[in-house]
Amino acid sequence: MNQKSASSYKLALPEEILLQVEKPERYLGNELNVVRKDKSTIDIRFCMAFPDVYEIGMSHLGIQILYSMFNRRTDTWCERVYSPWADLDHIMRRKKIPLFALESQDPVKVFDFLGITLQYELCYTNVLQLLDLAGIPLHAKERLDAPLGSMPIVIGGGPCAYNPEPIADFFDLFYIGEGETVYDELLDLYKACRKAGTSRREFLYRAGQIEGIYAPAFYTPVYHDDGTLASFSPDPAYPGLPRRIRKQAVANLDEAPYIDKPIVPYMRVTQDRVVLEVMRGCIRGCRFCQAGMIYRPNRHKSAEVLKKQANQLLRESGQDEISLSSLSTSDYPCLPELVNYLIGQYGQRQVNISLPSLRIDAFSLDVMSKVQDVSKSSLTFAPEAGSQRLRNVINKGLTEEDILHGAGEAFKGGWNKVKLYFMLGQPTETEEDRKDIAHLAEKIAEEYYEIPKEERNGKCSISISTSFFVPKPFTPFQWAVMYDPGDYLGFASTVNHEVKDMKNHKSIRYNWHEAYVTVLEGLLARGDRRVGAAIEEAYRQGALFDAWSEYWDWDRWVSAMEKTGVDLAFYTRRQRTEDELLPWDFIDCGVTKKFLLDEWHRALDGIVTPNCRENCNACGAMKYKCGICYDEVDGKKVLRI
Amino acid sequence: MRVRIQYSKQGLLKFIGHLDMMRCFQKLLRRADVDVTFSEGYSPHMVMSYAFPLGVGMTSDSEYVDVDLNRAYSSRELVSLLNEAAPEGLHVLDAREVPLGKGNKGMTLVARADYTLSFRPGHEWDSSVQEAFRSWVKQPVIYAVKKGKKGEKEVDIAPFLYEAVISPEPKRVCGIADEEPEFRKGDLFLSLSAGSGTNIRPDLVMDTFAKDRGLLPDPYRFMINRDEVYADLGGERPGSDRFVPLIGLGTTME
Repeated sequence: MNQKSASSYKLALPEEILLQVEKPERYLGNELNVVRKDKSTIDIRFCMAFPDVYEIGMSHLGIQILYSMFNRRTDTWCERVYSPWADLDHIMRRKKIPLFALESQDPVKVFDFLGITLQYELCYTNVLQLLDLAGIPLHAKERLDAPLGSMPIVIGGGPCAYNPEPIADFFDLFYIGEGETVYDELLDLYKACRKAGTSRREFLYRAGQIEGIYAPAFYTPVYHDDGTLASFSPDPAYPGLPRRIRKQAVANLDEAPYIDKPIVPYMRVTQDRVVLEVMRGCIRGCRFCQAGMIYRPNRHKSAEVLKKQANQLLRESGQDEISLSSLSTSDYPCLPELVNYLIGQYGQRQVNISLPSLRIDAFSLDVMSKVQDVSKSSLTFAPEAGSQRLRNVINKGLTEEDILHGAGEAFKGGWNKVKLYFMLGQPTETEEDRKDIAHLAEKIAEEYYEIPKEERNGKCSISISTSFFVPKPFTPFQWAVMYDPGDYLGFASTVNHEVKDMKNHKSIRYNWHEAYVTVLEGLLARGDRRVGAAIEEAYRQGALFDAWSEYWDWDRWVSAMEKTGVDLAFYTRRQRTEDELLPWDFIDCGVTKKFLLDEWHRALDGIVTPNCRENCNACGAMKYKCGICYDEVDGKKVLRI
Repeated sequence: MRVRIQYSKQGLLKFIGHLDMMRCFQKLLRRADVDVTFSEGYSPHMVMSYAFPLGVGMTSDSEYVDVDLNRAYSSRELVSLLNEAAPEGLHVLDAREVPLGKGNKGMTLVARADYTLSFRPGHEWDSSVQEAFRSWVKQPVIYAVKKGKKGEKEVDIAPFLYEAVISPEPKRVCGIADEEPEFRKGDLFLSLSAGSGTNIRPDLVMDTFAKDRGLLPDPYRFMINRDEVYADLGGERPGSDRFVPLIGLGTTME
C-alpha cells in the first residue's frame, strides 16, 4: 500500500511510446493516492473500466467510490483502466500490446473481473475496444465455457445497464443499481467458486441468483412477427433465476462507503476537484429524466457526515475546489448549514465551492456571490422547454416567473451572463413551443436592459443551447416517438430564425447539438438484443469514441445497420403501444410501469405532478423503505397514500 | 518571507509537464498545510515562481520553486512536512529563506545548468562516435539552429558550452544531510548556459552534433537528467566560484 516504495514496477509501455503519444500521463498509474497491493496476498483482482478517455473517466464519481470500497477488502485489489486514445490504440494494435490496468501495469486479461461502467450509450463501441485490446473474446457466449479464472468476468453497471439488452451479448453479468449493496456477496461467491473449482458457467448461474445481478446468457428473448418482444424469460434449464431483476439501492447513505483517499490526477481532467455527493435521487420527477426515476427514492446524507467527508477529501487530495454534487443540490435540506460551514472552514484557504444544478433563488445567489467571481461566472437555467405549456408536459416545475425573477435578482447582483438549456423534439412540442425559446431569452434580455444604464455591467450575454430529446427507458416518455435527423435540424432552424428576429438578438447566442448522434443514441437507448449486431459491425468498420465529434461518422453506422438488418425506424420512429413488452421490462427499478404510464397520460394532458416532498405519488420506490418516502417534512411524514 | 524550495523530480514524473507539475506542487503545499501567502484580488493564487521549467521526458536532481509564506518554519520542519505529503518521484531536498525583490527571483538568476545524459539501451554510440564528439566540442565555433519564438536562427553555441565530458566520474546526487548519499553515473556530462540570457538545451547540443556527424536523428537516444541549476555571481565574490547553485543563495532557517 505504500506508494513511495512501489516505484520499481515495470511500465506496460516502453518510454519511446510514452514520449510519442499525446498526454502520456493517461497511462502511468502514478497518481497520488492510487492503491498498490502485493499480488501474492490477493485473491480477487478487479479492473474497473470507464470506456472513454482518461480525463473523462477520471472525473467519474462512481468509480472512485467503488475503488475505495473494493480496496478496503484485504483479499481484493481494484485497479483502473480507461480507453486508450486513438493514437495509442493504433500503436497497441500494431505492436500487439495488450490492454493493461494502470496500477500494476498488468494485462487486463489476467484479472478476475473487468467492471465496465456504462454512463452513456455512445461509449458502446469503446466497450468493444476495451475487450478487443485486452484480448478477451467479444461475445460472452465464447467465454461461457472457459475455465473460471482464465479470463475476467465482464460485468457492466451504471445507468445504461437499466436497458442492457443492446450490449447483452458482450457481457457476462450486469449489476443493476447502486454498487454498494451486493458486490461483496458477488466477490465472496467468486472466491468460493475459484476455491471449489466450479466452472465459469456455474459461477455465472449462481451469480445470476444474487439479487440485482443479471446474467444475460441464461435469458432468451422471443419476438412477434412484427418485431416486437413476445416474451423474455430465464432458461428453464436453470431454475432459480429471477424473472425480474431488482435494482439495488443503498438504504442509508451516511453509512455507505465513500471515498477514503481521492485519486489526484496530474493532468487536468474534466472534474478537477473533489466531489462530495450530498444526495442521491431527485424529488422532482421531470418526465424526460432517467436519473430522476432510476435513482429513486431520494436519499440524502446528514450535514455531520458531509462535513467530515469534505474535510477528509480536501486534506487527502490538496485540491482547491469542492463540488457539492447531486441531481438537484438546491433540494438538499441542509444546504445552508453545509455551505456556511465550508465557507467558514475553507474560505480563508481559498478553496472554491462549486454548486452545480442549483435553482436560482435568493439563497443560491447569496451563496454564489460568496464563492464565485460574479463578473466572470454565468447563471445557468435549464427550463428545458420554451413555453409554460410544454414545461407542464415535461413536469419541469420551473415557471417563467421563476426564471425572470431569478435572472432579475442576479442582474441586480452584478451578473450579466446567462446560460439557458433546452431540449427540442419533446412529446406534443409545436412550432410555437420552439419559438417560445427565443421569446424567453428575449424577455430575460429585456429584464437586464430595464436596469438603469449606470447600474448595469455593460451588455448582457445570453446563450441558448438546445439538445435533441432522446426518450430513455424507465421514464414516462419511454413510449415517445423520435424524429428524423432532418426534422431535428428543422426544429433548430426555427429557433435560430426566431432568435434573429428578436429585438435584443445581439445579446443572444444560439447553438444546437448534432442531430445524427441523437438518433443513434435513441437506437441504443431503447434497443433490444438484436441491436448488438449493429454495434459490433460499426466497431468492426472503425467506429470508436462516438461521443467525440472528431471521430464521429454516421455513415459507418448506416452501413452497419444495413449489413446487420437493424431497422432504425423500428426503434426510433415507431409509436410503441402501451401494452407492448419493452426490452427492459424485466428490470424492476422500483418505479412501476403503471406509474410511468399514468405519468405519460398526465404529460399528454399537460398536468403537473407534485414533487416527492409535496406529495407522495405512489411511484413504487417506497418498497426500498428509506429516504424521502419516510422522511419528515416540517414535522410531518410525507407519506400520504 | 520568501522561501526557496529545492526538490528532485524522478521516475515517472519525467512524463509530467511543467504546468501539471505546478498544479501538483500547489496541491502538495495544501496537503502539507503550509501557510502560503495568496495574492490579492478576486481570484487569489499562491505567490510562487518556478526558476526553470523542465522539459517533458527529463528527470532532475535539483528543481527550484520560490514560495511566499505567512509564517516562519525551520528548514528541517518545512522539508519534512512537504516530504510527508509528497507524491512518488518528488523529493524535497532543502528549503531556505531568500531575499524578496525581483532581482532575487530564481527565474531571474538562472545562468547555468548541468546535465547528465545516459544512452537508452540499444541506442549507444560506438567508440568512433565518442572520439568524434570529443573533438567536436573542442571546436572554437559550433553553429546550431535554434528554434525560437521568431523562427529559426543560427547561433554559435561554443561559448555557451561550458563543459562536455564523455564517461564522467560518478556524481553525488543532492540529498539532505541525514540520508545515504546516492551516486549517478551517466555516459555524458554537459554544463550549459541557461535561463533568460542564452538558454542552450542539452538536446540542442546533441542534435547539432548528430547532424554535423551525419548520424540519423534519434530523439530517444538519451535519457537526460538535470543535475543542478546555478546563478552567475560574476565578479561579486572574487576568489570564489562564479556559479553558485540557486539554493546556495538562501539562508537555512533555524
